[in-house]
Amino acid sequence: MAHQMMEPLIMRDMTGAMVPALATEWAPSADDPEVWSFKLREGVTFHDGSEFDSSDVVFSYNRAMTEDSDYKELLASVKEVRANGKYGFEIVTNGPNPIMASNLTNLFIMDEDWAKANNAVKVQDVEGGEETFAARNVNGTGPYKLVSREPDTKTVLTINENYWGKDEFPMEVTDIIFTPIQNAATRVAALLSGEVDFIQDVPVQDLGRVSSTDGLKVITAPQNRVVFFGMNQGDADLTTDDVEGKNPLADKRVRQAMNMAINRDAIKQVVMRGQSQPAGVAMPPFVNGWTAELDAVPANDLDAARALMADAGYGDGFTIQLNCPNNRYINDEAICQAAVGMMAQIGITVRLDARPKAQHFPLINKLETDFYMLGWGVPTYDSEYIFNFLMHTKGEKYGSWNGTRFSDADLDAKIESLASETDLAKRNETIGEIWAVVQEEILYLPIHHQVLNWGMAGKVNTIVAPDDAAKFKYFTLN
Amino acid sequence: MRDTITRAWRSDFMWTFRRSPVAVVSFFVVALLVLSAVFAPLIAPHDPFNPATLNLMNGFSQPMEPNAFTQEVFWLGTDDQGRDVFSTILYGMRISLFVGFAAVLFALILGVTLGLIAGYKGGWLESVIMRVADVQLTFPAILVAMLIFGIAKGFTPVHLRDQMAIWVLILAIGLSDWVQFARVVRGATLVEKNKEYVQAAKLIGRSPFAIMLRHILPNVLSPVLVIATISLALAIIAEATLSFLGVGAPPTTPSLGTLIRIGQGFLFSGEWWILLFPAITLLALALAVNLLGDWLRDALNPRLR
Repeated sequence: MAHQMMEPLIMRDMTGAMVPALATEWAPSADDPEVWSFKLREGVTFHDGSEFDSSDVVFSYNRAMTEDSDYKELLASVKEVRANGKYGFEIVTNGPNPIMASNLTNLFIMDEDWAKANNAVKVQDVEGGEETFAARNVNGTGPYKLVSREPDTKTVLTINENYWGKDEFPMEVTDIIFTPIQNAATRVAALLSGEVDFIQDVPVQDLGRVSSTDGLKVITAPQNRVVFFGMNQGDADLTTDDVEGKNPLADKRVRQAMNMAINRDAIKQVVMRGQSQPAGVAMPPFVNGWTAELDAVPANDLDAARALMADAGYGDGFTIQLNCPNNRYINDEAICQAAVGMMAQIGITVRLDARPKAQHFPLINKLETDFYMLGWGVPTYDSEYIFNFLMHTKGEKYGSWNGTRFSDADLDAKIESLASETDLAKRNETIGEIWAVVQEEILYLPIHHQVLNWGMAGKVNTIVAPDDAAKFKYFTLN
Repeated sequence: MRDTITRAWRSDFMWTFRRSPVAVVSFFVVALLVLSAVFAPLIAPHDPFNPATLNLMNGFSQPMEPNAFTQEVFWLGTDDQGRDVFSTILYGMRISLFVGFAAVLFALILGVTLGLIAGYKGGWLESVIMRVADVQLTFPAILVAMLIFGIAKGFTPVHLRDQMAIWVLILAIGLSDWVQFARVVRGATLVEKNKEYVQAAKLIGRSPFAIMLRHILPNVLSPVLVIATISLALAIIAEATLSFLGVGAPPTTPSLGTLIRIGQGFLFSGEWWILLFPAITLLALALAVNLLGDWLRDALNPRLR
């Protein structure tokens, strides 16, 4: 949605490659490796007609670095941002950051004057239930502008006639009516009846039906998203289990047993109907740092798992609660239900608590769950992004989605060093070392990489973007 | 003993029963379903509530056809988790019936008590009870049940929610259903309390509690019985509706409504059996109980003979 109306400095096209958006050139500065300099596009205007220049970029970046922002981890290594003339912009980092550019593809540029005039300078505190003017209104530079917005009901966009890239992109879609349909079956029915022309997340059980319908098609591609379970292994005792005085998940043998008990192939064959790629590591295959060895699927060996459980002193099993979303990932609740059965095989009684995503994710964020499902997409296509959010000790700048309570000073130091390591070979070596620890400690139980299915009317032509973001300016119609 | 049975068989009540084919068929349908639910552990080939016995690879087996991976055959097929649909219906029906019976019992006790007090005591107590009942009647029962369910869920600790879900359902459905009983009992009590036998009981000094319980209650029970039967059908439907909406029985221990909700997601893709068989069972159960209730109403009402 946001990508239709707003733009970052650098964006990813439908294949995932980085292309110029509001910046035309970018590179680390020749004389100082700690400075990235950007040349901004000239002659761009916001939807309200005001001019785009470096002050808007400085404003937007400073806004993205505030406490309530969801983007602060991406800018964790940034010391300062500054304008360099009207169309120049510089980012100063704590030590050189060779992959800075790939962190910026989802950082949208807002109009400074508009934000100030509408009291939207501060980022809204979503967990605190805040909503600012910017949540329902937008003034961007993107190819489409907002006509009306009723959250959860309907959002209407129309083409931006003054868009800088009007002649550069197909821009054949002129009006976008975005209708959120929560229920998957209803969504498919809407496509089948011709009520909508394009849907994301076609339920896997309906793929055959949609693609065999005249005038409709489904296109499929692997997604840049991995789904996994997280476990509270740091706390001394758990609140949602039945073991008194100790934490069964803190025992590595238990985590190993759980890892072995999950039959990823059965989940793929039955729950996902073949539409997934079983995973051995909590990292999508597109990401720098991914190797086939890391992603090798752990063996499903129940006897060995039971032996490990007995070894750890849990031969009679234990009870624990699993928190799951029921409307976020493809078949999320069904996967969790399947996991309940698989855990039961090794004596772990799992109580499933499936909730809508709005109630599920705060549990992880506020450390109120001991065993949970989470999925992770990697917009930067680099392991550092995963480490910063999921592996680093949870704190101010890092680890905001690390619900495992895992904390290791050495690992944290290694993760932080990645941001400023200019020697890419050495950097990749450190990435490998960090993954080795993560895998050795069984920080997460990876399930699978999702496969994307977009359903659309036959006249719509596009490819599936691995980040699941449909950027309509690239779509063609026939 | 033999005499009693013969006498019961020849009574008016049984005579109307034998003469009504609808009642006979309904009775046997209800009896069959209730018995198969009660003896589910003996009849069902699998225990769908024990996750350790499930094999995910059995998922989506077609009725009567061997599964593509495991070659196992299931009469009515399996659902998305590899649960045998037949076994799950039997076990699910236990939950539906248990919730239905318990909710009606709860509503009956509450409604009859309040109705008796309102009718016998009168005054401000009657006004309060009957105004509350009137206000509650203006809301659809399912809405009241959802409200109560939501509040109760908020109060139960998270780790007890699954175990508590059934009891919360009973509470919610029962509380949404007591008004019927209270109104009927109050009406009947108003008539009965002025009759000579009540006056006599008062004169010999029996306490109001004893009069209500021993003298009035037995004389107002027959309409209560009729309402209870029809309420049972409504309670079963209410439970199914709540579970269908996802606020009732948890997915790991599905009731008929939960099963229908699960099946509904697979209707488009051709796995019709997950929805169809639980839906037919629910229909048969609710319809038969309802028809039986209708017949009972006619049979117990001398004016309709």
